[in-house]
Amino acid sequence: MPDKKLKRVDLIFSEDSVYKDVLAESLKKSNEDILKDVLDSGLRGRGGAGFPTGLKWKFTSQEAEEEKYVVCNADEGEPGTFKDREILSRVPLKVFGGMAICGKVIGAKHGYVYLRGEYQFLKAELEKVLDEFHATLKEIGFDFQIHILMGSGAYICGEESALFESMEGKRGEPRNKPPYPTIAGFRNKPTVINNVETLVYSFMICRIGAQKFQELGTADSRGSKVFSISGDTPIAGIYELELGMSLEDFVEEFGDGDTKAVQVGGASGFCVPRKKFKDTIIGFEGVPTGGSMMLFNSSRSMYNVLKNYVEFFEEESCGQCTPCRVGCQQLKLGIEAVKKGDKSAAYLKTLQKLADTMKISSKCGLGQSVANSFYSIVDNFVEEMIY
Amino acid sequence: MPEIKELVKGLADKHGRTRESLLPILQGIITEERFISDAAMTEVARELDMSAALVYGTATFYSFLDTKPRGKYVIRICRTITCDMKGKKQIIKTLEDLLKVKVGETTKDNKFTLLETNCLGWCHKGPVMLINDEAYTELTDEKVSEIIGDYMKNK
Amino acid sequence: MANTVNLKIDGIDVSVEAGKTVLDAAKELNIHIPTLCYHEDLCVAGNCRVCVVEQEGARNLVASCAMPAQEGMIIHTNTHKVRNARRHVVELLLSEHNADCTKCYKNKNCELQDLASEMVINEHMFTDLVPIKNYTKDQQSPSIIKDDSRCIRCQRCVRTCSELQHVSALGVAYKGDHMKISTFFENPMYDVVCTNCGQCVNRCPTGALIEKNYIDQVWDAIYDKDKHVIVQTAPATRIALGEDLGMEPGEIVTGKMAASLRRLGFDSVLDTDFTADLTIMEEGTELLTRLKKALVDKDSSVKVPMFTSCSPGWIKFIEHQYPEYLENLSTCKSPQQMFGALAKTYYAQKKGLDPSKIVSVSIMPCTAKKFEAARPEMRDSGYQDVDLGITTRELAVMIKQAGMDFEKLPDEGFDSIMGDSTGAAVIFGATGGVMEAALRTAYELITGREVPFENLDITPVRGMEGVREASIKLEGLLPEWSFLEGVELKTAVAHGLTNAHQIMEAIKKGEANYHFVEVMGCPGGCIGGGGQPIPTTPEIRKKRAEAIYREDTGMKIRKSHENPEVAQIYKEFLGEPLGHKSHELLHTHYTKRKRH
Repeated sequence: MPDKKLKRVDLIFSEDSVYKDVLAESLKKSNEDILKDVLDSGLRGRGGAGFPTGLKWKFTSQEAEEEKYVVCNADEGEPGTFKDREILSRVPLKVFGGMAICGKVIGAKHGYVYLRGEYQFLKAELEKVLDEFHATLKEIGFDFQIHILMGSGAYICGEESALFESMEGKRGEPRNKPPYPTIAGFRNKPTVINNVETLVYSFMICRIGAQKFQELGTADSRGSKVFSISGDTPIAGIYELELGMSLEDFVEEFGDGDTKAVQVGGASGFCVPRKKFKDTIIGFEGVPTGGSMMLFNSSRSMYNVLKNYVEFFEEESCGQCTPCRVGCQQLKLGIEAVKKGDKSAAYLKTLQKLADTMKISSKCGLGQSVANSFYSIVDNFVEEMIY
Repeated sequence: MPEIKELVKGLADKHGRTRESLLPILQGIITEERFISDAAMTEVARELDMSAALVYGTATFYSFLDTKPRGKYVIRICRTITCDMKGKKQIIKTLEDLLKVKVGETTKDNKFTLLETNCLGWCHKGPVMLINDEAYTELTDEKVSEIIGDYMKNK
Repeated sequence: MANTVNLKIDGIDVSVEAGKTVLDAAKELNIHIPTLCYHEDLCVAGNCRVCVVEQEGARNLVASCAMPAQEGMIIHTNTHKVRNARRHVVELLLSEHNADCTKCYKNKNCELQDLASEMVINEHMFTDLVPIKNYTKDQQSPSIIKDDSRCIRCQRCVRTCSELQHVSALGVAYKGDHMKISTFFENPMYDVVCTNCGQCVNRCPTGALIEKNYIDQVWDAIYDKDKHVIVQTAPATRIALGEDLGMEPGEIVTGKMAASLRRLGFDSVLDTDFTADLTIMEEGTELLTRLKKALVDKDSSVKVPMFTSCSPGWIKFIEHQYPEYLENLSTCKSPQQMFGALAKTYYAQKKGLDPSKIVSVSIMPCTAKKFEAARPEMRDSGYQDVDLGITTRELAVMIKQAGMDFEKLPDEGFDSIMGDSTGAAVIFGATGGVMEAALRTAYELITGREVPFENLDITPVRGMEGVREASIKLEGLLPEWSFLEGVELKTAVAHGLTNAHQIMEAIKKGEANYHFVEVMGCPGGCIGGGGQPIPTTPEIRKKRAEAIYREDTGMKIRKSHENPEVAQIYKEFLGEPLGHKSHELLHTHYTKRKRH
């Protein structure tokens, strides 16, 4: 095995024997102190979009509404991501702890975990742990209730406003923004919605302090991140790594020696070809990711990869807005037609322009991000699209 | 028919009768019946005092809330590229041979339905499938034969 | 001063009230931004994306219909980026859309077609998806055709059906490429809780939801020498027809409409307003009789409040949603059906015609009237009472087909008999009108005096509030009505089925205590009917309502009981209101229907 150059971190999965004390102590701190820690840490959302967590909490705490909510987004559906399942099965108490602390800061009495239907098998165990957690909160004397709601197989429900719609018993169709969740989220009340991993980091920042977290990573991408690594790699799995690494170092460690491309950030992310590994930083200053890293070696057809992604979006688009609903269908038929020779290679340019439009005029992040993989794969592997 | 009525009523008693109760109720029907019939949806609409078209529209939005008849065991194989790279196609072929159905179909004895689905969140352990709520990872032909054999015999 | 925000659009400063959108602000500047899913009557969806504009500092384009105007915003509505995106959006919609325009009823009256034309889209950029879509066309309803191949999924119909009508017969089903507008389990419209009101038809930007048209059947009848074809025109048609023929909303075209019908070849041009007056006689008497039985005789089998029964959308709504209240509905048929029953009896006798040779056509602001005419119970004359119901829009098509210059037509009157009417009848077309007409007559009937409102205008029941209440103290009654002395007659008016739902819930919960309730299925009443010219917007409804009241004010006779033809028909044919003959021909019963 080559030398492990990338720095491993052990914040998320570390067994925490003093978990109860951390929770009790954090809940005794002033809201200002907690907010300051989360803000100072530089923690940004780990679901993929990377909004500063402290700001989300701060904005919501400033809302005058009586009724507020904390929502844990456990609708992990991005192809290539499996970290949230792992976190929820190994350290659920830390997730709940992060929710409770957030609840204290913003003034919420109820938290919800929206768990994707594919992870139904986790529910019974989570509920058991939740009983234990509620007992701990009672001991501490903090009034906060967490509920678990299930998804039912819809990727789009990972989009925060679609997730609220789904929690409200409706089709998971994204809403118009503004207003943002910090003002009008679940039941149109101010809501903090955080990814599973973000909540654990929030909890750990309260435990270790902003300083220690901030020391990790880069100026734009503070801290560490849990990566879900799959594809052509001999060591697929879950790894918590310091942010800010170059893709070259990553591939050296995780590749199979023949890596031709890495899809960073899942189907909605970017495809980076070998020639750009060196200049690509994993993080918000480079290529951001919710943790999905899919490696492809030279035996793989990038046409098949792209087709797989586009088919995924075609099916998982909520269907309400034109660019996304029809655009996905056109992209899929388009690359098929070019591959078959029914349309000329020039049609790829037309499709790329369409992808541009989808990026700037779709209603939500799903439609907007289809262009990422489409553009980067077509651009970098154009010959594979044609021949 | 009366059983569906009872089932829906029980679920509504448990989850409530507001719009927010809709998904838990539909999920409860799936757990019991594996699919939501038009009769079941009409019952839900009645219990929740809401439009049946909206119940239908909500159910059909979610891939796991099947509105077409399904077998007792619904097998969903992950179709994402990483599972595909690890031999998903072969696994499907094996399943099709074992069950004597194609993807999308239900066995004659109504015991199994074979479907494909989007990412199941086990990309490091592909190929993977769900049978109802249970996940089976790192599938091989042998493993699949064993699992299905067990279901056929013991469940 | 309301809170205002200042922004700049295409280089021009504009101030708007806080809460307004970028689209609203652009309108103030007379900058046209194309829209499809947007409709003034409905909540904002922001899903078609054709109204996108560029906002300085924003990464992506924003949907102007959904984006609140904010202080300091700088917006560009016509940049290269914007035009490209809009073009793509329209191209994408066209690729999903059956753009076989010459085979479409909405040809030349289609918002998608307008946009495609504006953008000069002569060649399609993308793959035609229609052949792989398995689109279905539902033509089973007598009122509405739903053709999924024309649908652009803007959801205006879905929002109409839920927000305005509280029916939700239509919803959105499936997701992704399979997303579609659907009824429950994709059943035919005929077999679900649809009220046939046609509000969806009125708001559909394309030909996906249209009325089932009977234009050819009407022409066939007219050309059939063997047939005597008569036509009746509903009150609300005469103030809206002009809109489809090049005139402005709010113009009264009663005389031109009569002239055009005569030129189309109808053998007799008659007026639903006549039976509107008759309805007042029957319904007013029914109300007073009910009140006597309920209040004086304490007969618990008699239900109060009494609901009006002229609006077939409302009737089907109550049959589905509140069947336990069917006995509260007035047993009076709607004016259309009273007319139909009399046409093949009274009219036939008077004119010496064989009723089997009469073809009875109605011009209605309504699509539900088509269903009403086809109800099996509407055959009391021994024949189908009304043979063909067509909308205001269909009549406009026929007038165009006949090559008439509508605006230049002379004003003509209606034929007799069954052509005379009063101001009370014409206001049936606006919400509150039946109530006002009934009060004008009933009050006078029991007191011997005119209603105590200036110029007979009962203003409390007028207007566009969703639910309105009014009460009149009954004092100084004639001896035969003295049992009602001192009673405070409580009435309510609702229009649009969402408001009807609200009033029904209040009644159900015992929170409302009315004697008489007028409900019209469509917003604004018949003037905003599903069969009226497209577009229908709040402002247009207002203009049509004003026209209706102008028409009333201009009438010589303004009280139903003073209609000389009404007096004549009671004398010669019917006997008295609620009499045996009336009962046989003018009253009906209702059917409980499935709730889901």
